[in-house]
Amino acid sequence: MRFANKVAIVTGGASGIGETTVRLFAKEGAKVVIADFSERGQELSEQLNGEGYDTLFVKTDVTKEDEVKQMMQATVAKYGKLDILFANAGIAKDAPADKLSLEDWQKTIDINLTGVFLCDKYAIEQMLAQGTGGAIVNCGSIHSHAGKAGVTAYSSAKGGVKLLSQTLGITYAKQGIRVNAVCPGYIDTPLIAGRDEAMNEHLIGLHPMGRLGKPEEVAKAVLFLASEEASFITGTSLLVDGGYTAQ
Amino acid sequence: MARLEGKVAIITGGGTGIGKATALRFAKEGAKVIVTDINQESASKTVAEIQGAGGDAWAIAHDVTREEQWEQVVAETVQHYGKVDILFNNAGIYIIKPLAEITLEDWNRLMAINVTGVFLGMKHTMPVMAKQKSGSVINASSIAGLIGAPGHVLYGASKGAVRIMTKDAAIEYASTGVRVNSIHPGYIDTGMVAYASEATKHTKEELAQGVPTGRLGTVEDVSNIVLFLASDESSHVTGAEMVIDGGGTAQ
Repeated sequence: MRFANKVAIVTGGASGIGETTVRLFAKEGAKVVIADFSERGQELSEQLNGEGYDTLFVKTDVTKEDEVKQMMQATVAKYGKLDILFANAGIAKDAPADKLSLEDWQKTIDINLTGVFLCDKYAIEQMLAQGTGGAIVNCGSIHSHAGKAGVTAYSSAKGGVKLLSQTLGITYAKQGIRVNAVCPGYIDTPLIAGRDEAMNEHLIGLHPMGRLGKPEEVAKAVLFLASEEASFITGTSLLVDGGYTAQ
Repeated sequence: MARLEGKVAIITGGGTGIGKATALRFAKEGAKVIVTDINQESASKTVAEIQGAGGDAWAIAHDVTREEQWEQVVAETVQHYGKVDILFNNAGIYIIKPLAEITLEDWNRLMAINVTGVFLGMKHTMPVMAKQKSGSVINASSIAGLIGAPGHVLYGASKGAVRIMTKDAAIEYASTGVRVNSIHPGYIDTGMVAYASEATKHTKEELAQGVPTGRLGTVEDVSNIVLFLASDESSHVTGAEMVIDGGGTAQ
């Protein structure tokens, strides 16, 4: 197993890409903390523990510094250390700038960018204290690399996540803490649920492969970046986008 | 289950360095490996190591600039193993020279190996893979295909070409089930870095100090990402560039 004796936190771990990544980490031997603001994380944790895996749900609002701190403390209290963080929690509610309220802008920036910063900050603090290094994977997006009409706050936040990952990657390289971004295209998850057929066709058409990605396909990339196999990879983006940004 | 169980892979430049490490890694993960190299003896040594460990491999002397040799490599692979699942276009040469000292001969020779070789490899394997409705091509670019450096007009041009050819081929074949990605190693501890050290008059230690992680990469570091891109784990990754440089280009 690729993650035996490793401790991983997955934020936004109760659904979508986060949930799938939690399951894969657990299957590969990791102890997994599911950090999510949704109580669905508790159900998921109980289910996985019932199957013999070792997981912990910590209800967390990633925009609240004290909650992020407490989540890190709960992780260390239960498992004794932290090896891996997948900072995945995010939302996608957006509009063209002239129709985007400051409130909605702020909410996206708070969750998708500030939330990543806070989780990274306290994970790094813990990893530095351990002196063991560690691996952080931040959830970027194709919109860390390419714009799209009307995608205002989301691309601003995700663009920030990409550069944050590069900067942290360089800053902590000598301490053995690697920081990379996984950058998915449109993935078939609850984040884009509720789309009509026309929107579905539109989104599919954006990907040269002619389909949306699957959560497993992103989760496998996250596992690669989090594993020892990626030990010389830091400050990079791994695009999982069916060719979207290569056009 | 092994990560490349039942897959057939062609690796060019498989006699040394990153190509050799990747051939060994692929074989360990269950692939049948066709190791090609301009130096038949080095390819045979890699194959002997694989076979010694119980793997299935085969060596072919191969000049990647010659189209008829590509036709032969692909035909023999299909004849022998029935298909081609993976191509690692790894063969390449490295010349560091000030712009004004690059001869047209240098230019043509390096371009023939680093660019034409990659083109011919894609040309002769991708239609076969498209018929199979699956395949993965990994092209060896470099951080020199992403950023500039003194003495790198020639090598950088070749690796920049590989980067964008990869994206063009990826888009053209995206609907066929064939994926194409490029890898961009930084300073990896191989003969090429020994050469770079000599040509730039910097010791290997000095080169490593320029890397944020403070060390050179290993050939195993690179073979790990090639394995990921070759395997079905990366089934939604195409036209992408994977950088393995210890943070070098993030600065």
